[in-house]
Amino acid sequence: MSTETLLKTPLHALHLELGARMVPFAGYDMPVQYPLGVMKEHLHTREQAGLFDVSHMGQIRLTGANAAKALETLVPVDIIDLPVGMQRYAMFTNEQGGILDDLMVANLGNDELFLVVNAACKDQDLAHLRKHISDQCTIEPLFEERALLALQGPAAVKVLARLAPEVTQMTFMQFATLRLLGVDCYVSRSGYTGEDGFEISVPAANAESLARSLLAETEVQAIGLGARDSLRLEAGLCLYGHDMNTDTTPIEASLLWAISKARRADGARAGGFPGADRIFTQQQAGVSRKRVGLLPQERTPVREGAEIVDEQGTVIGSVCSGGFGPTLGGPLAMGYLDSAFIALDTEVSALVRGKKVPLRVSKMPFVPQRYYRG
Amino acid sequence: MSELRFTEDHEWLRAEADGSVTVGITAFAQNALGDVVFVQLPELQAYDKGAEASTVESVKAASGVYMPLDGEVLEVNDKLDGSPELVNEDPMGEGWFFRFKPTDAEAVAKLLDQDAYDRLIKANAEA
Repeated sequence: MSTETLLKTPLHALHLELGARMVPFAGYDMPVQYPLGVMKEHLHTREQAGLFDVSHMGQIRLTGANAAKALETLVPVDIIDLPVGMQRYAMFTNEQGGILDDLMVANLGNDELFLVVNAACKDQDLAHLRKHISDQCTIEPLFEERALLALQGPAAVKVLARLAPEVTQMTFMQFATLRLLGVDCYVSRSGYTGEDGFEISVPAANAESLARSLLAETEVQAIGLGARDSLRLEAGLCLYGHDMNTDTTPIEASLLWAISKARRADGARAGGFPGADRIFTQQQAGVSRKRVGLLPQERTPVREGAEIVDEQGTVIGSVCSGGFGPTLGGPLAMGYLDSAFIALDTEVSALVRGKKVPLRVSKMPFVPQRYYRG
Repeated sequence: MSELRFTEDHEWLRAEADGSVTVGITAFAQNALGDVVFVQLPELQAYDKGAEASTVESVKAASGVYMPLDGEVLEVNDKLDGSPELVNEDPMGEGWFFRFKPTDAEAVAKLLDQDAYDRLIKANAEA
């Protein structure tokens, strides 16, 4: 795709001004790193605060008395009892129980839900919502209208409190409409780095002034998609299209925790989402393969797509995400493994350039999450 | 004194007094790669020109380092095992990759000289 056809976020000019290296990502021209470089950007986020432009992601508003009930028909998550001012992780499933996308759902109150979906899936997600629930609620894409910034790291709360002191009262996954620099923003205490932090949905026209104001704080550096990926990998968080897709179910993706109790086979509102039967069968009978954490036992990074073999050299899985963790100080990966090998500390190998690199099945996150739970 | 030579794959070569040739990646290459976290160095053996003798892994991706000429690798820079960041910090010096004996001693001089390499970088930047 040539750069002329790539979409631009409202912060595009700011990225260029900051000296970002731009790459095509999900149809957008996005900053992969700034002059600081991926390693230092990553470490800065864990030590202070990083500002990420994630405006390429899709923001969608659902409105109506039946919006929560309608959305429940598409996700294995409790939306009806999601409290006002809270956000929850969810996924759209297909009839086979595969994952169409993962998303965040917030309850704004007044029969309004606010969704954030992946950039590469947003058109398809919108079509999916329209096809299945447009007769039950109003579906409003905010793709061009709003930008999305993430302020992540231990200093994020201190920085954002200078604009809105109320944020210190919020806890992990809480959601509020707050005025930042005189503009109404949707603010959630969440993110994709494993750190405390916030995601801020701001009208597109006000995004650059908010970003500049946050970047002017001494604790804050602009952080690109390169560090965003290494941060989320250390935190054990899935990347759609890599660690899960339409061929993997939430059970195989080790995302059972995200299926709400109320929607499970023995729950108050059991099933009623696409693929429920298959997912429940898998939950009970087990699965043939599962996503696990993998720690290479040598310095060699093991990348996505690498085959995983047992002692005899039989292929027993593959790596879905892999790279180097700056905070961990070494390589790390996630992969799908034959269930016979998923026990913690099992020794397997990945094939990298024809050589076996030993891997150990490891718990995730690789770096402790530091969410603020009050 | 020996002049530097370059390949289109952004390697530099320096002919040493003993007839061997030292190889590394250029400042341009390390900058494009970003933070280097691992270098798989070649074996002490003969490689054909163009063979992937070494691999450099940055935070972002793995990239091959190709044998610039037919020859036999005599020595590798073991320091890169513990300090791969030397490739970023001093690509033309402490961050060298390996030293080899070219099969054809005259071949090195036929590679790109500094001017030709600078023109290549400039052309890349404008492409």
